[in-house]
Amino acid sequence: MPSAQPLARLERSNETMPDSLTTPEHIASTWLDASPRDARDADWLRSLMSDLILLQVVDERMLKLQRSGRIGFVGSMRGLEGMLVGAGRAIPQSDWLWSGLREGGAALIRGLPLSEYIAQMYCNSFDTAKGRQMCNHFQHAGTHYPSWSSVIGTQIPHGVGAAFASKQKGDGAVHTIFFGDGATSSNGFHSGLNMAAVWKAPCVFVCVDNGWAISVSSRDQTASKGYAVKAKAYGMPGVEVDGNDVVATHDALVSLIERARAGEGPALLVLKTYRLMGHSSSDDPTKYRDQREVDEWLAKDPVPRFEQRLVADGVIDAAFLERTFTEHRATVDAEIHVQEAADAMPLRSLVDDVYSGVPRHLRRQYNEFLRVSEKLGEARRGDGAFPL
Amino acid sequence: MANLTLIQAVNDGLRTAMEADSTVYVFGEDVGPKGGVFLATENLTRDFGANRCFDTPLSEDGIIGTAIGMAMNGLRPVAEIQFQDFIFPAFDQIVSEAAKLRYRSGGQYTAPMVIRTPYGGGIRGGLYHSQSGEAYFCHTPGLKVVIPSTAHDAKGLLLASIADPDPVLFLEPKALYRSVKGEVPEGHYTVDLSTLRNVREGEHVTVLCYGAMVPVCEKAAARAAENGIECHIVDLRTLLPLDEEGVLEAAKKTGRVVVVHEAPRFCGMGGEISALIAENCIEYMEAPIIRVTGFDTPFPNTLEHHYLPDERRVLDAIERSAAY
Repeated sequence: MPSAQPLARLERSNETMPDSLTTPEHIASTWLDASPRDARDADWLRSLMSDLILLQVVDERMLKLQRSGRIGFVGSMRGLEGMLVGAGRAIPQSDWLWSGLREGGAALIRGLPLSEYIAQMYCNSFDTAKGRQMCNHFQHAGTHYPSWSSVIGTQIPHGVGAAFASKQKGDGAVHTIFFGDGATSSNGFHSGLNMAAVWKAPCVFVCVDNGWAISVSSRDQTASKGYAVKAKAYGMPGVEVDGNDVVATHDALVSLIERARAGEGPALLVLKTYRLMGHSSSDDPTKYRDQREVDEWLAKDPVPRFEQRLVADGVIDAAFLERTFTEHRATVDAEIHVQEAADAMPLRSLVDDVYSGVPRHLRRQYNEFLRVSEKLGEARRGDGAFPL
Repeated sequence: MANLTLIQAVNDGLRTAMEADSTVYVFGEDVGPKGGVFLATENLTRDFGANRCFDTPLSEDGIIGTAIGMAMNGLRPVAEIQFQDFIFPAFDQIVSEAAKLRYRSGGQYTAPMVIRTPYGGGIRGGLYHSQSGEAYFCHTPGLKVVIPSTAHDAKGLLLASIADPDPVLFLEPKALYRSVKGEVPEGHYTVDLSTLRNVREGEHVTVLCYGAMVPVCEKAAARAAENGIECHIVDLRTLLPLDEEGVLEAAKKTGRVVVVHEAPRFCGMGGEISALIAENCIEYMEAPIIRVTGFDTPFPNTLEHHYLPDERRVLDAIERSAAY
């Protein structure tokens, strides 16, 4: 397995960056462009390549399902596959992953079952969240990946509080808390980083700077020369890494997670990357950004960069790539067929899980609704009235 | 049994919960060595250590946000917001996160936690140390909203709230902190949430109230009794989920209803209770439902004793209802 990158080296590389908010040439790659080459285990590298392809396949299939009207909404992972795989492989299942919109891919790599991922996209009765959240809002209790809301930055203090709890319980877990560049302007960023540093909570903050918060560029998000430097004001280290370099992302995160686990406190990691698609399947990015900028970043696309490197080093060949694509497509398509056939949620789930039991006023409201629903012939088996 | 003020009962309740359950953590602004601005947490840091009762940075959003994370990871946080007026930076965390977590996760994640905060007027606190914001929170499915009015209930409801599997906003009537005193059992006991309390039996007019308005209504009822009007007073105690059956039963008992709260009238609890009664038992009503409330204005300062319903205004409503 690869060695963790020393923090001092990461911090030094941060200081040499004059301004990280503009174009990709300012970002130092720490593994892909390392000279001399930093050799890693070939099987491990192949497994990363396989994961990158899996995310590409999932993204491509979800976008197709959305365009054909089978699912409602996709927050595409295109361009972010490198950081998602790097992060997914860096965070042990016994630790916690707190996320925003685009970390579902990392959760998938880390242990969120593909079946649950796709069920959530369909919001069907196999969805562990019972179809209550809009698409792309994943969770998986088994690998400590909590449900998150669409509100920006609110998960940051949650992760800090949970990290505080881990410290009190002595369970050794580290909490990695993801958010986008836009979230650095939120209340949660400030209160979360401040309290984590005061409490020396075992957590790592990861700002995925993909350049755009829907249509607002990082340039319009902050007057700071970068996001990593903000950590200094909270009394914690801030480091910036090429998020389009899967190994560099993995190494940086492993290093900061282990640092937090050793009791040295929180840190902020900024992953420089780029959202190649719109904010979501409902967004047209040509209205607010220049295609030349997209083209510049396409040259830094994490998947071909990694692939070319592995091909050049003789770790993989064209047959490996073809075989891997074919296998992942078959797996994903088979699961789509299963989820496509699942039932919608029963009507009674309207009033479940608001509280631990269904209180009397909700039973009355439901029964009143059911009376009308039965009159209209819409109620089905399992939709029966509550006893009052 | 000990004879305690309401704030002493709160302190006793916190202490009892912390002794019984090592996952109960108490935190907020100035709650540590100082013991809170009203001394609700007095000596808890001394007796349980700075790990279990501690001061946080000055961030309501952070206090509630981190409390949610603690609750999600196995602790029982009891967070204090120094004045209910200061809770609004945390509104998002309470309404969008704590209250919706169980529902949005299909029951996979929950936030069993208590937010304690003093509310209401009567201490010359002006606009920002006097408000009654319960209605904002009662519009929030997934949250429970509790308001005690006696020392006994303060401890019993607090212990029930801490044990509850759902997030509870525990509003403490600061006007009663030291003006109300009563017998409080030692050790652990609970008062069930979502059950109202009959304060006084009477057959002429039903008075529905809660928190700091309960003793005001009791005084008004005593004066009404001098003129032969016997009031049935109900302390709602839990506003969400409301004991709807209990309210309807109390309304039907007399057919005359006065609802009293110090919060502004429009879209307040009085409106909700009036609608509940009108929808379910209007045929029992002998008189229009009357609301006695604060004004639909910001909270005043020097004129607060006119803003807050007092026994004379409540008595006037009782007499009008009885005479109709």
